[in-house]
Amino acid sequence: MEIHSPEFKEKSRIALHDVNLQKALSNLKAGFPVKRSTAVARMPEFEQLRDEATALKNHILENLDIYLEQFEANVIKNGGHVHWCRTPDDACKKILEICKDVDSKTVTKGKSMVSEEINLNDYLQKNGVEPIETDLGEYILQLRGDHPSHIIAPAIHLNLEDVSEIFHEKHKRPKSSDPAVLMQEAREMLREKFAGADVGITGANFLVAETGSTIIVTNEGNGDLTQTLPKTHIVVTSIEKVVPTLEDMTLFLRLLARSATGQEFTVYNTLSTGPRRTGDQDGPENFHVVLVDNGRSEMVGTEFQEMLRCIRCSACMNHCPVYGAVGGHSYGWVYPGPMGSVLTPQMIGIEQAGLLPNASTFCGKCESVCPVRIPLPKLMRHWREDEFSKHLSPKAVRWGIGGWAFFAKRPGLYRLLSTSSNLFLRVMAGKKGRIKKIPMAGGWTDWRDMPAPSGKTFMSQYKSRKQS
Amino acid sequence: MSKAEILGNIRHGLKRGEASQEQKQAVINRINAHTRNLVPQRAQLPHEEQVALFIAMATEAAAEVYQLESINEVPQICANWLKEHNISSLVTASDASILALDWNSVSDLSCEQRVAQVGDAASLTSSFAGIAETGTLMLHSGKDSPTTLNFLPDNHFVILKRSDIVGPYEDAWQRLRDKTQGDLPRTVNMITGPSRSADIEQKLQMGAHGPKDLIILLIND
Amino acid sequence: MHASKKPMKVGLFVTCLVDMFRPSIGFATIKLLESAGCEVSVPETQTCCGQPAFNSGDKKTTQQIARQTIEAFDGYEYVVGPSGSCIGMLHHYADLFDNNDPWRARAENLKNRAFEITSFLTDVMDFDSILSSYEGKVTYHDSCAGLRELGVKQQPRKLLAKVANLSLTEMEDAETCCGFGGTFCVKYPEISNRMVENKSANVELSGATTLLGGDLGCLLNMAGKLKRQGHNIETRHIVEVLAGMTDEPAIGEAAYELGQPA
Repeated sequence: MEIHSPEFKEKSRIALHDVNLQKALSNLKAGFPVKRSTAVARMPEFEQLRDEATALKNHILENLDIYLEQFEANVIKNGGHVHWCRTPDDACKKILEICKDVDSKTVTKGKSMVSEEINLNDYLQKNGVEPIETDLGEYILQLRGDHPSHIIAPAIHLNLEDVSEIFHEKHKRPKSSDPAVLMQEAREMLREKFAGADVGITGANFLVAETGSTIIVTNEGNGDLTQTLPKTHIVVTSIEKVVPTLEDMTLFLRLLARSATGQEFTVYNTLSTGPRRTGDQDGPENFHVVLVDNGRSEMVGTEFQEMLRCIRCSACMNHCPVYGAVGGHSYGWVYPGPMGSVLTPQMIGIEQAGLLPNASTFCGKCESVCPVRIPLPKLMRHWREDEFSKHLSPKAVRWGIGGWAFFAKRPGLYRLLSTSSNLFLRVMAGKKGRIKKIPMAGGWTDWRDMPAPSGKTFMSQYKSRKQS
Repeated sequence: MSKAEILGNIRHGLKRGEASQEQKQAVINRINAHTRNLVPQRAQLPHEEQVALFIAMATEAAAEVYQLESINEVPQICANWLKEHNISSLVTASDASILALDWNSVSDLSCEQRVAQVGDAASLTSSFAGIAETGTLMLHSGKDSPTTLNFLPDNHFVILKRSDIVGPYEDAWQRLRDKTQGDLPRTVNMITGPSRSADIEQKLQMGAHGPKDLIILLIND
Repeated sequence: MHASKKPMKVGLFVTCLVDMFRPSIGFATIKLLESAGCEVSVPETQTCCGQPAFNSGDKKTTQQIARQTIEAFDGYEYVVGPSGSCIGMLHHYADLFDNNDPWRARAENLKNRAFEITSFLTDVMDFDSILSSYEGKVTYHDSCAGLRELGVKQQPRKLLAKVANLSLTEMEDAETCCGFGGTFCVKYPEISNRMVENKSANVELSGATTLLGGDLGCLLNMAGKLKRQGHNIETRHIVEVLAGMTDEPAIGEAAYELGQPA
């Protein structure tokens, strides 16, 4: 999708005043975080599972090349194909080529954030292949010409009324405001599409090196219909998703649903291994895995390597007060919230994405719920360091920090500064105890009062007390 | 081209060239060991308690669970359930235990063995393992068990023997490896309750694209 | 109670906000430390913990300030401050230096000695002889850094339970960030405002008449919002209540005589 990350401030301002969006976002908290906390409470070993998963991911990353080659060998052994794609463009071209090879006019798609990352739908459409999103949320968005605002609940920014309207318009059926009726409508509309598609594209949550399998985790069952009915199944996925064995995959599955939706287990966990076997009555005849890199391999060995542990559960954004206030679209690209604020600069460049890692109070809630213990605030801070060292931070920030640092590094001068500022603020406040407006500090006083200093600085009072 | 660049980047980051034979062998050994990670206590109960946990967790996931004394009761149970729901046809898998069932006793039900098609109202398949930990069924594709039967029909019956209930997923993987000599079938499905979505306003609706009802027929064997 | 006979030598990390805005927090901290049997000094070469530079990505400045702070607190058995955020920053210093840099070991050493005040009293001194009294229904905001970086959660509550006449009512989302975030609140003022609005709504819903917390940055933010909204809720730092130093008007609250010590 188009990059709008440089507009984060404007977009978030609009989002904060968008009544409908705010209503939709209010559903988030009662949903995911509450359910996650219940699920975690029911699994006494949850913290240990997090530790093991973190260590396992670190082991995988240290041996990533070996595991990927094992995975590839086993996909091929089972009759499938693996395509390594360094860039989004490489991946789109390869997928189109596979579609053209089987003369495909339409492809059905399960939800895949990697496909959003490489902007696959636009590419296919421009080249005469019609992609049909089948996940309910993604389907709604496609009808609206919209994009996901969340990595597992793509249409979380919409309300019932929005869905009701677009279905009425596109399905030409009587308007309904009953979610059950709307879902039934989508089910009926997509039934024939599943059966009629030549190619089905899904993502993958994990790739199992041991067996050459890919696994998808869904609640709706659309991913299964997408990959079982067409002749060709393409898995579009990324290199960090490989795990050694089924047992190792299981460790992550125990964490994934609980961290994501707060379910004990997702309804459908489906392993796909190669094309249909001799004698099988259904299933795809061709199986392709498109392995996307898009900057990931360059994160290995850097301070951002830890980000490659991410299993895309969305717990970080579900718990993020900034995400909860402005929603996913404000972030202006595919991945929102804390994980997006780390990943996006890697994929589109810090020059464009600089506002994202800055849009955090470093409250640390994201790290505290991350199933693979990614130190998200630390990684966002690394981006700020990168930005600062490349002189990309706004001038006001650089000068402000520079001026402040000049004093902070000189305790004697610092006392003079604090004493005079202290006096200045007390004079401004007069006898009111607080200040309504401070020039140049509108960021604060536009929204709240500035409590005035309650007396001379601590240091000067302490000194005079000691002397007396 | 891309492959060499990607692997090259990874190796550069790991500050080494292509892995040595020992490093590769260590990874292969790790894979072949199938070592289990932490298995929660909940999955390590005596068998009777596993059965109870399976039923409780599957029910919590909105599956219906019927306990049958014998597999021979399956046709009647299916017929009763379908009649209650005004459905008169059933598509089934063709594994030995399903083929052995006598459907003549339920003559008003039309029953055939084939892959599923759009519009099928109900299907019947077999599960080779039930996982107590989360009330999850494990099924796999094969000559006699088309995957479409698990997803396309509106209602899905699954036969599961009590003796096939295991505690953790890991036990089911081992069963699968034993059953298939390590070569996985095209599709392995883990199914926990019927299809659902919360994509509209975060409110859960049952029956998205897969079956709206999942009925587990638990056989006392 | 701590076993050493000699009084514990504690260096007070005042924090720049307490120095500038609310000296009474510093004095209340000293009073509590002295009640717990510590000998408190205030090193004069301390300024700020360096967090503004650290979180703006200015590593070099942060390192310079870290060295200055490490030196300022050399020789103290403990370094205690009335802020989870600033003490948390002292804990980050080690990450600023390479493994073979001698400053790293010194920073690690500082980390082991640096404590937030309620955690120090509870976890190190095993002190709970709180003799103060406070009339009213209070609620406590868990500031992020103290909570998640230093594990400050039960300590303030344990100490508050000892305050006569005080009743603590937990608010909804006590652990959710108030939106201060240092420079965040001026870089993203509208988002910050939404977060503090959520917080003030929860404070109000709790029915408390006093809001307490352990970090002045957050308290200035929340008090500023509560006052702007016209709420009749007092905001104070927890040490003021624990030390029985609540004669002074609450944060942002009253008239002061120019130039006269509080």
